[in-house]
Amino acid sequence: MAMHNFSTWDWETGKKLVVDTTKWKDMFNWIEEPYASPDGERIAVVVKTGDMEFSVCENNTPWQNTFDKIWYLKFGSDNRLTALVSDMGAWTVAVDGVAWENTFDFVWNTKFGADGKNITVAAQKDMEYFAVTNDIPWETRFSDLSNLTISHDGKRVAGVVPTVMIKQGDIFKFQEGCYSAVVNGKPWDANFVNLWGLAFSHDSEHVAAEVRTSLYDYTIAVDGVLWDKVYSSVWMPQFSPANGSVTAPVRIAGKWTLAQDGKLFWDRSFDQLWHHMYSTDGKKIAAIVATKYGRWTIAVNGIPWSLTFGDLVTDAVFSPDGNRIACIGKEDGKWTIAVDGRAWGEKYDMVWQPVFSPDSRKVAAKVERNGQYTTVIDGKPLKKSYKALWNPVFSPDSKKILIKGIEGDPDGGKYFRLVLPVNDITG
Amino acid sequence: MAEPAIKRSDESSKIVDEGIDKGIARLTPEKIEQVINKVLAAETGARLKTYVETCVHCGLCSEACHYYLSHDNDPKFSPAGKVKQTIWEILKRKGKVDPEFIRDASRIASTECNLCRRCAMYCPFGIDIAYLMSVVRRLCHMLGVTQLYIQDTAHSHSATLNQMWVKEDEWIDTLFWQEEEAQDEISSLRIPIEKEGSEIFYSVIAPEPKFRAQLIYQAAVIMNAAGVDFTMPATPGWDNSDQCMFTGDYEMMGRLKKVHFETAMRLKVKRIVMGECGHAFRSVYDVGNRWLAWKMPPIPVTHAVEFYYELLKQGKIKIAKKYDKPVTFQDPCNIIRGKGLHEKARYVVDALCEEFIEMHPNREHNYCCCAGGGVINTGPQYKMKRIKGNRIKAEQLFATKTRGAKVIIAPCHNCHGGIEDILHHYGLDMELHFLGDIIYKVMEKPV
Repeated sequence: MAMHNFSTWDWETGKKLVVDTTKWKDMFNWIEEPYASPDGERIAVVVKTGDMEFSVCENNTPWQNTFDKIWYLKFGSDNRLTALVSDMGAWTVAVDGVAWENTFDFVWNTKFGADGKNITVAAQKDMEYFAVTNDIPWETRFSDLSNLTISHDGKRVAGVVPTVMIKQGDIFKFQEGCYSAVVNGKPWDANFVNLWGLAFSHDSEHVAAEVRTSLYDYTIAVDGVLWDKVYSSVWMPQFSPANGSVTAPVRIAGKWTLAQDGKLFWDRSFDQLWHHMYSTDGKKIAAIVATKYGRWTIAVNGIPWSLTFGDLVTDAVFSPDGNRIACIGKEDGKWTIAVDGRAWGEKYDMVWQPVFSPDSRKVAAKVERNGQYTTVIDGKPLKKSYKALWNPVFSPDSKKILIKGIEGDPDGGKYFRLVLPVNDITG
Repeated sequence: MAEPAIKRSDESSKIVDEGIDKGIARLTPEKIEQVINKVLAAETGARLKTYVETCVHCGLCSEACHYYLSHDNDPKFSPAGKVKQTIWEILKRKGKVDPEFIRDASRIASTECNLCRRCAMYCPFGIDIAYLMSVVRRLCHMLGVTQLYIQDTAHSHSATLNQMWVKEDEWIDTLFWQEEEAQDEISSLRIPIEKEGSEIFYSVIAPEPKFRAQLIYQAAVIMNAAGVDFTMPATPGWDNSDQCMFTGDYEMMGRLKKVHFETAMRLKVKRIVMGECGHAFRSVYDVGNRWLAWKMPPIPVTHAVEFYYELLKQGKIKIAKKYDKPVTFQDPCNIIRGKGLHEKARYVVDALCEEFIEMHPNREHNYCCCAGGGVINTGPQYKMKRIKGNRIKAEQLFATKTRGAKVIIAPCHNCHGGIEDILHHYGLDMELHFLGDIIYKVMEKPV
């Protein structure tokens, strides 16, 4: 979970006009979709300032620097704004409008540590691939880099790289294992046929990966060392925050269950099981499961909710105290939120990942209906709807909620930062 | 139909395929028996049993098969004949077959059947013979006997999550490049990347960025002209294709579909619209999603044909001047027999073209292109086999040409690959286009 420094934000109840975005139209003839900062104080958008000349307009002010291409605007949790920018074809990262000194042939996939201080991108220069953190590139280079993954503190970066050169069409060499994981530029000693999802331990010291050791054998590797069991498939592993053990969904005889350090951990299996996650204290594990073909729900420590959805379940999240779980469910094309095995009554055209209050008592989510967005807390909607809206944020004391949204009909566009007592919505 | 005796084909020895040869060399009868029985016990059940026990060997499926028709009704190429030479024999012998049997089984299942499902319509019981051939392919995969080219493609899928070894930056760069090119024509055009909350995620197959980038250009023009709120991802998951479905590597097929649909979920789109590809539609709409336990696609998928139908029907695309060359239409198996889009396709063709000449047979009865089902992906050494195995398509096209058709519209990449080879080999001198090519030519475009 991102660690915003909430307490320093303006939590005074009230509505503040940050900017009237309709004025952008008078300033620029090319305006892309806007992005709001976590604290809601800033809204940024890529704009065109001349022929093949782009900038980012933050609130009412464009960056002084312009670029020939800008994409992938992202705010870190410390409210700094990053963009991937090109100047005469040389790519780099711009942070709050200031470009890094190093340039590359391409950069992509910006990632942040939880506190936002460490910013990492994947980079390619002269057809060599590597990661760059805070403008410092890895010294080692590879012929490709995928699955870029960052530790919780943002200080360590991992990825998947080819470690053995393969000629095109050499299927036999490929099957001997030509890939490995790389951590801060250093590859593991072992090679595998494939590696996919990587996970850092909570102390950032260890990395686990889902791997394939032949066309048929899947397992988990931790710091390059394989579990002693293989499975017909696996999904992304996770480290326990409590004891550093590693768990992963594994497929055995056509069914999925959870294994820990190579041993069966849950005593029942499912038609599907993925995206497992730990409560903060590590005592509970929840996962998205299919209890049978086409019926989806959440299982906590192996026990599924009785509530199921036909289309999908996604974006599950634990409450901070680990006692509650919320997720998105979809049935017959309509979306809703489910909390602790009960669905909200209303259904929507789209729903965003639910957010728990710090005291774990309340759940809020951004929802969409008929092209308009609003925020719903514990099933009760804010009366106002918006043409654009960002995820809500609860105040540190859980009594208020920050709403960031652009009001108005299609021609309107005032971006407001609104702090409301939660009780105003929930009654 | 006279059922063929089990006879080893002499053709298999003529085609050199290292993937097959080395795979066969590693096999022993013991390994074959063990793997076959393990797979059959764990992965097949009532469906296989029902199909095998229901077939009365009537042979009505024979005339459905383009290979059978193109080989002068040689019963070896009839669907029932292919089943008899492979899975029936495997079941009868309880897996006690030798490596050379597996070589022949792989040849039959992977290079002499396109899994087109035309035969299922002609079977009085509706037996899905494509499923039976897929079981054979699965067995061959588990035995390590797969044609080199398609196995390399399956490796690409596993390493990059796309079909063509396209690296992450190359994909994004291609989108930028196509956007920039298209802006020379329409200055306001945009290919929005990673635009969360868009209505549509437009997904393509990897040959588009690799070889046919103009299709991305054309799609962007269509999307922008129609005012569609769309996005394309900057992450793996953009490729909807799936050759692992055809090699029998179902675990990898599941991984590919998971990342594809989870990309759609992450982008918060209402639906996925996919380009003009047939096999990918089969994978996202039927096979891959279901392997993962999603009964239907978790995010709805709209094939390009249906999407164009919507745009034209709703007046979002206006036609400046209809295409004036006489056209015919190739009905792709996976979206016609697989989804029933044939009438919508004809609505689109009629809206775009002055003169439409049906080929016969057509709609769900159309002959397969002989490239789909992973067959074209088995590699160039099988090209002549494909071409000879679809003489009937050449005859069908020639008859249509005789009636005036000059252009074939085929909304499927595999159909393009197969028909291009047929046109060239049989000297048919007809043009071949995607629907998107025609729309791009005839539509009103913003400046």
